[in-house]
Amino acid sequence: MRDTLRTMLVWCPDWPVIAADLIDGVPADRPVAVLHANRVVASSAAARAEGVRRGLRKREAQARCPQLIAVDYDPVRDVRAFEPVLAAVEEVAASVAVLRAGVCAFAARGPARYHGGEEAAAERIIEQVAQECRVEAQIGVADGTFAALLAARMGRVVPPGRTPEFLAGMPVGTLDRPQLAGLLRRLGITTLGAFAALPPSDVLARFGLDAALAQHLAAGRDDRPLAVRQAPPDLEVDERFDEPVNRVDTAAFAARALAERLHERLAGYGMACTRLAIAAVTADGRELHRVWRHDGILTAGGIADRTRWQLEGWITRRQLGPGPSRHATTHDRPDQGIVALRLIPDGLVRQVGLQAGLWGDPGVERDRAHRALHRVQGILGPEAVVTAVLGGGRDPREQATLVPWGDERIAARPAGPWPGRLPPPSPAVVLDQPQPARLLDAYGQLVGVSARLELTAEPDRLVLERGAVEVVGWAGPWPVDEQWWDSRRAVRAVRLQVLLADGRALLLTLSAAEWTITLHFD
Amino acid sequence: MAGLSLARPVEFRHESVRRASDLVADGAGLSTDRTLPVLPELRRLMPGGLRRGSTVAVAPSPDPGCGGTTSLLLSLLSAASAAGSWCAVVGLPTLGMAAAAELGIVLERFALVPHPGPQWATVAGALLDGFDVVVVAPPGPVAPTVRGQLAARARQRGSVLVPFCGPGRTWDGADLTLSLVDGAWQGLGPGRGRLLGRELSISASGRGAAARPRRATVWLPATAGLAATLYGKVSAEVSPPPAVPGHSDTPVRRLHLV
Repeated sequence: MRDTLRTMLVWCPDWPVIAADLIDGVPADRPVAVLHANRVVASSAAARAEGVRRGLRKREAQARCPQLIAVDYDPVRDVRAFEPVLAAVEEVAASVAVLRAGVCAFAARGPARYHGGEEAAAERIIEQVAQECRVEAQIGVADGTFAALLAARMGRVVPPGRTPEFLAGMPVGTLDRPQLAGLLRRLGITTLGAFAALPPSDVLARFGLDAALAQHLAAGRDDRPLAVRQAPPDLEVDERFDEPVNRVDTAAFAARALAERLHERLAGYGMACTRLAIAAVTADGRELHRVWRHDGILTAGGIADRTRWQLEGWITRRQLGPGPSRHATTHDRPDQGIVALRLIPDGLVRQVGLQAGLWGDPGVERDRAHRALHRVQGILGPEAVVTAVLGGGRDPREQATLVPWGDERIAARPAGPWPGRLPPPSPAVVLDQPQPARLLDAYGQLVGVSARLELTAEPDRLVLERGAVEVVGWAGPWPVDEQWWDSRRAVRAVRLQVLLADGRALLLTLSAAEWTITLHFD
Repeated sequence: MAGLSLARPVEFRHESVRRASDLVADGAGLSTDRTLPVLPELRRLMPGGLRRGSTVAVAPSPDPGCGGTTSLLLSLLSAASAAGSWCAVVGLPTLGMAAAAELGIVLERFALVPHPGPQWATVAGALLDGFDVVVVAPPGPVAPTVRGQLAARARQRGSVLVPFCGPGRTWDGADLTLSLVDGAWQGLGPGRGRLLGRELSISASGRGAAARPRRATVWLPATAGLAATLYGKVSAEVSPPPAVPGHSDTPVRRLHLV
C-alpha cells in the first residue's frame, strides 16, 4: 500500500458567501445566505448567529433572520473568485490541487522544509492569502486529504503518524455521506474510530464499495493522490511604448510585431483564437477596449490587421475630434497617444492543422476572395465590407442583418415563424430613407385604416414629389404591432403592396397617419 | 493541388492556384470551363453563360417607370453564385438581401461594399483579383480610361465585370449589354391577390458574336411563370373588379382549389 501523503490544505470558510462579497459586493459581515434550489448552501457568520443553518428553506431562514440577504448560488462565481487565492498560494507552494472552490491542497513537504516547519509554512501561507486577496483562510496539516480537511476546519496541525488517532474521535457525519452516516448511527457506531474498527471485508460486503472507501478514509489511510492543477498559461501579450504612439504608421508597425508574438505564443501551446480583445491605455490615462469577433481562426496576419485597424481607428478619431468629456484640452495636448497595448486572445480552440477538401479545394477560392476583401478593408476600413445574414422578421429590411466581413455571421433575429411577415417575392430595393407619399381615394381624401385594420376607402392615386400616379392594384393591409412593451422600439404600422399605373410596384407603410414608401420591388 | 496544376495549360502555371469553381463541371460539357452558369431563362440571351474575362453590363429601361433592373442583376448572378462562385457588389447600398436570397444567391459567398466613395474603381479592381463576379455601380459618369482598366483587369484575372448603370447612363465597350425593354407585374389587382412575379422583356446586344441583338421574355421568379401558364395570366389591366368587396384573395384561393 502506498504511504499516505503528508498534505497541507487551505480552507476558506463560507466560500460561496466570500465569493459573492468579492465579485458582486454583497457585504459578508452582514447576515448573508447563499441559496440553491430554495435551500441554504452557505451562510455568513452573522447569519449563523441568528440560527441560519445549511439545508434550511429560504422561508425558514428568513423567518429566523428577517434581515437576511439571499444570494443565488453560482458555481462559476465561486471558482472565479477562488482564482486569485490559488495564485497567492501558488507563490508559496508548488503543485496545488483544487478540491473544490474554496479548498485547495498540496504536499506539505516542500513548504515545510523551506520555511522550517509546518507551522511556520502554514502561517506564511495564511499571511500571503490575507495580504494578496484579503481572504481569511485556515490551514490544516495531516496525512491524507480527508484528515487535512478536518484538521483545517479546526486549524490544527496533526503530527505525522497521529492521523488515525485524530480521526478516531470524529463523528461519522464528517464523512459527508449522510445516508451511510445515518445507517451507522442506527447501528450504534458514532465515531470514525468505531467505523474503522469494523472488519473491512464485512463493510464492503454489507455496505458496498463507497462505504469501503469511506472506511479507508476513516482509518486514516487516505492514499488518493492529489490532482494537481495545471496553471493556465498566460497567453496575453502586451507592449509598453516609451514614446506615445500617435501616428498611424508607427501603430501599424507595433501592431504587426505584437501580433506575431501573440500568434507564436498561441502556436506554442497548439492553440488558435477566434476572438481577439484589444486593450490600450492612452497617455492621458484612458483605457480603450474592443473585442473583434472572427468567423474562423485568426491567423497572424488577421491579428495584425485587426490590431492595426483598431489602432488607426482610435488614433484618427482622436485627431478628428476630442473625447466627449474633455474638450479642446485633449485635442491640443502633444503627449496624447497610446502608451500601452495588450492583446488578449479569446475563444481559444485547439489548432488541428489544415484539412484540405476531398473534392477539389474550396479553400483556395475562399482564400483568394478573402485576400481581396482584406485589401478592400485596408483601403476603406473594416466596416466598409459587409455580408448579409438571413434571419427572421416581418419586414424585409429586418430579415437580413449586415455584418462586417470576417465577423461572426449572426442574424439579429431568429429564423422562427414570424406570423404577419410579407409574402415573397421580397423587394429588391430597400430605401435608406423612407420617402413620404400620400395615398388618396377617388375623392382626394387620405386613405386610412379602420380599427378593424381595413382600408377606409379604395386607393385611387399615390401623390409623390413629382406628381400623382394612378393606383391599379393593391394588396393588404398587413398590420404589424411589434415590441409594444418597449416605447423606444415599438413599431405600429400597416403595410400595403401597391401597383402603380406606370408599372412600378411599391411597399407603402402607414404609421402615425403618414404614408411612406419603404421598399421598391425593382 | 500540385498534380492538378501541372495538368493545366501553360498560362496558368504562374498563378499556382486555380479557382475552385474552375474544377467543378457545371454539367454542360468541357466547353463551359471558361464560363459561369446562368439561369436557364437567360441562356437564350447568353448561350454560353457568363464568359470569364468579359464585361456584361446591365442597363435599365429607357422608360423610367419600368423597374426590374435590380431583379435582373440579381438573377444574372444567382446561378453562378449557387454553383460556387464568389460575387461582390460595389456601390449599391439599397440592395435587398432577402430578395437576393430568394432569387438564389448564396449569401455566404456574397460580399457588399455599399459605400465605396470616390475610390470605387480601386475597390472594384481589388475585388476583381479575387472574385468571380464583381458588380460595379459607379456613382457618376465613368471616364473611358477607367472603364478600359477595369475591363482589362477582369480579362486578365478571368473574372466577370458587371457594370450596373443608373438611369440614362450606359457602359460603352461592354462585351454584352442586357437592357430591360418592358416589364409587367402579375398577380395584383385592385384589392385582390398579391404580387406573384413579373414578366420581363430583355434585349441583349454587344460586340463580336453578340452583335446581333437577341430578345427574350423571362419570368422572375421562375415559379411565377409556371403559375401563369397553368392558370392563365392574372393581369392587373384585364382583371375584373371584385364582385364582393372584402373578398380579397380570390386568385390565390383559385390556385389552391385547382
